[in-house]
Amino acid sequence: MHELSIAYNLVDIASQAAQEAGASGVDAVYLRLGKLSGVEKDALLFGYDIAIKGTLLEGSRLEIEDVPVMVYCPVCDAVSELPDIQLFCCPQCGTPTGDIRQGKELEILSLEIDDEQPAYS
Amino acid sequence: MNNPRILEIRRGVLEKNDLLAQQLRTRFNEAGVYVVNLVSSPGAGKTALLEVMLRHLRESGLNAGALVGDLATDNDAKRLARSGAPAHQIETGGNCHLEADMISDHLAEWGIDLSDFDYLFIENVGNLVCPASYDLGEHLRAVMLSVTEGEDKPLKYPTMFNSSDVALITKIDIAEAVEFDRKAAYTNIQAIRPGMVTFETSAKTGRGVDAWLSYLAERREALHTAAPEAESS
Repeated sequence: MHELSIAYNLVDIASQAAQEAGASGVDAVYLRLGKLSGVEKDALLFGYDIAIKGTLLEGSRLEIEDVPVMVYCPVCDAVSELPDIQLFCCPQCGTPTGDIRQGKELEILSLEIDDEQPAYS
Repeated sequence: MNNPRILEIRRGVLEKNDLLAQQLRTRFNEAGVYVVNLVSSPGAGKTALLEVMLRHLRESGLNAGALVGDLATDNDAKRLARSGAPAHQIETGGNCHLEADMISDHLAEWGIDLSDFDYLFIENVGNLVCPASYDLGEHLRAVMLSVTEGEDKPLKYPTMFNSSDVALITKIDIAEAVEFDRKAAYTNIQAIRPGMVTFETSAKTGRGVDAWLSYLAERREALHTAAPEAESS
């Protein structure tokens, strides 16, 4: 299981960004997680609760957006969602395809932070 | 008073590893060394096959080295050193996979000159899950599947098989004894990664090793043709 070490990476990046923005606390971290990222959602949520202890993120929640795998089919000339990652073929016409256009994401999209002082903007 | 607001950051969680891997790849290109990351479950025969590969390459007058990752012990590096090729152990201390910083740290510790090498093999920790997420700066990722493991391994570990470039079926010398279903194995590999090049190998009899090494030689040649500046430096 490498999700704990992934969680520590995530918390490092998020707390640094929050600090730079002058946040007093973080309420939530929004993450995009591809089906082909190699990271297991539940294990990551478990690791997150451990990794945030004693950081600016303590008490925050991890909001995970599942990102489906999208493949390009040269026959249909179209990108479609792969229903099953055990079979890499076009869901429309059945042509085998390994041309992955989406689904490997492991990306922090945004943070919901608290400002110490009233925001001006 | 607290004023919640959204801070957009859009950053990859593994950005540090990916950046370091990219720097390693540039270094490998400049040194003209072709780097292969070998992944498999524990016991698929990575070390045994690698030992034979290193011996074959050495006999062909090529220089190959091996960086070998394990949770603990330096047994595998000792085994690989029997081939006469330089080998260096990375003990991960419980970490279930290799990361790019371990590669760069251990290359420094090992103290080899990369430009003396034609090939560098990185034997990852035996694990079909975690190593899939970490780019080590390799040119090629080869996943091994032994005939004793069950033909449905690619379906059980799609991320690893999909992230690999080549599949190596190992221990093919005992395929019949364990009733290995070759057709099912190929079907499953192709389902996960259409067009994946697959070699059948045996560390014991040497079967398939030359074909696999010839393939590597072609890939290495193609890399040098694609990046001629790497040759001149």
